[in-house]
Amino acid sequence: MTRLVSKLAVALALAASSAAAADVTLLNVSYDPTRELWRDINDHFIPQYKKTKGDNLAIKQSHGGSSTQARAVIDGLDADVVTLASVIDTDAIAQKGLITGDWVKRLPNSSLPYYSTIVFVVRKGNPKGIRDWPDLVKPGVEIVTPNPKTSGNGYLSFFAAWGSVITRGGSKKDAVAYVTKLYGQVPVLDSGARGATTTFVQKEIGDVHLAWENEAHLEVREAKGDLDLVYPPVSIRAEPHVALVDANVDRKKTRAAAEAYLKYLYTDEAQEIIAKHFYRPINDAVLKKNAATFPAGIKLFSVKEIAADFAAAHKELIGTGGVFDTIYKPKR
Amino acid sequence: MASVNRKVLPGLALSLGYTVFYLSLLVLVPIAACFLKASSLSAEELWGAVWTDRARAAYLLTFGAAFVAAVANAVLGLLLAWVLVRYAFPGKRIVDSLIDLPLALPTAVAGLVYSALYVKKGWLGQYLVPLGIQGAYSRLGIVLVLIFVGLPFVVRTVQPILEDLDPESEEASASLGATRWQTFRSVILPTLRPALITGFALAFARGVGEYGSVVFISGNMPYKTEIAPILIVARLEEFAYGEATAIAVVLLLISFAMLILINRLERWSLRHEQ
Repeated sequence: MTRLVSKLAVALALAASSAAAADVTLLNVSYDPTRELWRDINDHFIPQYKKTKGDNLAIKQSHGGSSTQARAVIDGLDADVVTLASVIDTDAIAQKGLITGDWVKRLPNSSLPYYSTIVFVVRKGNPKGIRDWPDLVKPGVEIVTPNPKTSGNGYLSFFAAWGSVITRGGSKKDAVAYVTKLYGQVPVLDSGARGATTTFVQKEIGDVHLAWENEAHLEVREAKGDLDLVYPPVSIRAEPHVALVDANVDRKKTRAAAEAYLKYLYTDEAQEIIAKHFYRPINDAVLKKNAATFPAGIKLFSVKEIAADFAAAHKELIGTGGVFDTIYKPKR
Repeated sequence: MASVNRKVLPGLALSLGYTVFYLSLLVLVPIAACFLKASSLSAEELWGAVWTDRARAAYLLTFGAAFVAAVANAVLGLLLAWVLVRYAFPGKRIVDSLIDLPLALPTAVAGLVYSALYVKKGWLGQYLVPLGIQGAYSRLGIVLVLIFVGLPFVVRTVQPILEDLDPESEEASASLGATRWQTFRSVILPTLRPALITGFALAFARGVGEYGSVVFISGNMPYKTEIAPILIVARLEEFAYGEATAIAVVLLLISFAMLILINRLERWSLRHEQ
């Protein structure tokens, strides 16, 4: 009888100890091209978390168009953290009360563990001599960029083109004239970034592709010499914020793990991984170490240099009735 | 004893109840939700969202391209069905099963493949583009993929009718001195007309709703090759749910009106035949 009791006690103790090492599952809802980046980060973070906290962590990833992902979270997708392409999308979730307070200030560097930009990809040897934004509107140059209405890559390209005029002393009128001419030389407006890449690379349409910096690196590497990367002197600073989805982590009791996950992104190790995937680390030492990947020549301007904030820029330039809409209006 | 009003077929209440429930769950409730969401806008906002120059150009393109593609499918589908029913040739079974392929293939794949074929450097485009035929990133491209996705409908509605058609009536017509064309017009076509109209309506409706293939081949240029569903996606990107559903409601209403019209036409054609 006593033996049975002691056996039971051992079994209970075992059960209790395995309960102490909890199984935690996080869902990271992100945008399209970050699939490989997050897989790599997760592979490094999970064993480290197990070592320090003892918990078995599993991290699921979800990828799609940034605002489509934001709508999914608003409609109930159980994201613990969101790592979306633009602040508009994260703010849309915050406005529904799922992310609380002044979320941008909760993590270092305004919740930005990395940033990126828009660069040029051109055909081998740069036959059209494209070095800077004004070169894009030279006669006979065809530009490939996705639809600013439906793609983050699309509107950031638009912001970059617009800002290349404004930040160099041009007036709004000059900027309107420039983007009107530019989009007049865009033969196809693909709905997303990957579609535009296909159009440029596989279908060989266009002379220059306005691409995310990280995508441009992959594109050039995969083309094995058929494409070249060109850094314009100026471009937009793209800021993909990360945030904790408060409503979800509180309900799922995953706040501690989710917080540790986001904080990990600011460690040297994570910053190195970020750089390896061609996103710009915010850690200056890591950035300098990878100077071959991120040449210092390019001057990145913030969206605040072209409008009050991101949402205002989007509304004025891309939104219904904005500058982009007037470009295509048939002249009467 | 009171007379009992007996219906010929029992179980009307049950089957009708089931039909209404099933239809509601699958069709009516989602559509009602659409209307409800759109009605969150004021009349002015609604009008501003659905009736801009750009939106009108998109509706015209969406319905125009679907119509042209459905007409092409009616003619080509009839031909295909005819060949499949009336002739025996090796590999007929394979050809017959190929007809259904457009239903199974993800339409985005069709859009990607078609556009890759018809661009300047593509297999077909390298010969066609110098002749001035732009099969990719043009309205022609949209019609091409809509013909592809609508192909099975006419073939599959006409085929069984053709199979049932007795060649004797054609022989009788010929023996009465009718030319082949007269036989086709006065004997064959009237029998096929209702099926042909049904197939046309299905292909047309399919074309109006198509998105996946079209975005990859149209180029999405506003006023030129931008279909209405692209506008819906663009509004969703702005988190403007109300405006997006308003455009959807307009598409629904126009489609519904056209389907009713086609239904009438079908009934008229049936009566006409009798």
